[in-house]
Amino acid sequence: MSQIKTLIAGTFGAALLALPLTLSAVADETSPANLANACGGCHGTDGISPGPIPSINEISEEDMIALLTAFKADEAAVTIMNRIAKGYTNAEITAIAAYFASIAI
Amino acid sequence: MTQKSTRRDILKLAGAATAATVAPTIATAQATGSVVVIGAGFGGATAARYLRRAGVSVTLVEQNSSFSTCPFSNTVLGGINSFSSITHGFGGLRREGVNVVKGRVSAVDPDAKSITLDGGDTIAYDRLIMSPGIDFKWDAIEGYDEAAAELMPHAWKAGSQTNILRRQLEAMPDGGVVAIAPPGNPFRCPPGPYERASLIAHYLKTEKPRSKVLIFDAKDSFSKQGLFQAGWAELYGDLIEWVPFSEGGNVARVDPETNTIFTDFDEHKVDVANIIPPQRSNRLVDTAGLADGGDWCPINQSTFESTIHANIHVLGDSSIAGRMPKSGFSANSQAKVCAAAVAALLAGNDPASPSFINTCYSLVAPDYGISVAAIYRIIEDGTIAPVAGAGGVSPSDAPASTRALEADYARGWYASITSDMFG
Repeated sequence: MSQIKTLIAGTFGAALLALPLTLSAVADETSPANLANACGGCHGTDGISPGPIPSINEISEEDMIALLTAFKADEAAVTIMNRIAKGYTNAEITAIAAYFASIAI
Repeated sequence: MTQKSTRRDILKLAGAATAATVAPTIATAQATGSVVVIGAGFGGATAARYLRRAGVSVTLVEQNSSFSTCPFSNTVLGGINSFSSITHGFGGLRREGVNVVKGRVSAVDPDAKSITLDGGDTIAYDRLIMSPGIDFKWDAIEGYDEAAAELMPHAWKAGSQTNILRRQLEAMPDGGVVAIAPPGNPFRCPPGPYERASLIAHYLKTEKPRSKVLIFDAKDSFSKQGLFQAGWAELYGDLIEWVPFSEGGNVARVDPETNTIFTDFDEHKVDVANIIPPQRSNRLVDTAGLADGGDWCPINQSTFESTIHANIHVLGDSSIAGRMPKSGFSANSQAKVCAAAVAALLAGNDPASPSFINTCYSLVAPDYGISVAAIYRIIEDGTIAPVAGAGGVSPSDAPASTRALEADYARGWYASITSDMFG
């Protein structure tokens, strides 16, 4: 987990400052776990798929960033991941990749 | 924690806070307290499982000894899958340490922080998560009550209703007419009635090709409409006919004895009538006034905590979750966010801001799949909204190979999400 903290704090500390004010009892930021857990609806718990959808638990951190970035830019022929990847900032893509790397067995 | 405080200090200095950005939310204290979850469906089973994975003590209360999914029940109606293939036991949840209790909840007491089961047993909670699904508005269509549903099944809760409708389709002679009557918005599974029409048409085309499917709709548009209608034209010709609201689609009255549907304009005697009535939150929420006199439960859309009663979280179909559709995938995604929020709150921490996905696959035929997807976040007014520029439906000009791949992924989605729910 410390790996994620370091990575995110190091990479995005500056970007955080530019965002608008929100008032809430909830923390202002989402978490890597909230981002990554949603993937399990199709790719299985912790990215381990029991069926025909590809597992994503053994993709390296670098490869996952490259894949999601390519999907987001419509630079890869896929059915749905281009539509989904567009919902994430580059910072979030990096955080998702770091999260899956951190839980990989 | 040091890191979090540091960043907050920086933000204070900068005079700005952040929205929907990424930051680590590391639990600094172990969650203490017990959580009770009501309902072992897409929301409840997922919430129980993810709370357990976070080390929280969980009791899951479910009235049945297994759960049959509405998603993929259309494949049972189409004769593609067996009913047992959409029915899931709770052995996996028990093995992971979830205390699964079979019982029907009769009341929720927010003041005593306990629930009461039929028979009088009570279970105390520190936090309660309710994912009880829908109930029907039996008064909405004249003549359509619980008894009528035995003859004109809704099949909008998977179970005996699914089997009634399947048996009627099997018994129908070639040349028969099947009516499907979807309700107005909002309702559970917006593309579901149209996938149902598709897979019933698939069965009829194969087994009873002179038959027809008539959709009497209370709406003038529906989910993935362009993709469905293109698929119907390509695969089924004029076997499926959609009658929108503006052309007399609205069903005002039914006569179950004669299998007759009365629309605003005329009447239709049919062979099989699948009436999907208007819906509301499960009536169990009324025992604690959680719908506040409305149809659905208002919540803090970041934590799913009721705005009526503290320490009770409502998610899935019963909740008002901004612009997320009432779907199994939505409930699964909401449950993970809610579980993380509840674990954080029990540990005395601030929950992280949510991030959700909803993806709905539909089968137009066994080898013809289409999808719609969206990413959801909390916007400034505190409600859930889709991320602009992302999501959307499958391309209208996709080749057959893409439709076949999406059909495989529909089956893959089902395998993944049910294992995500039940272990």
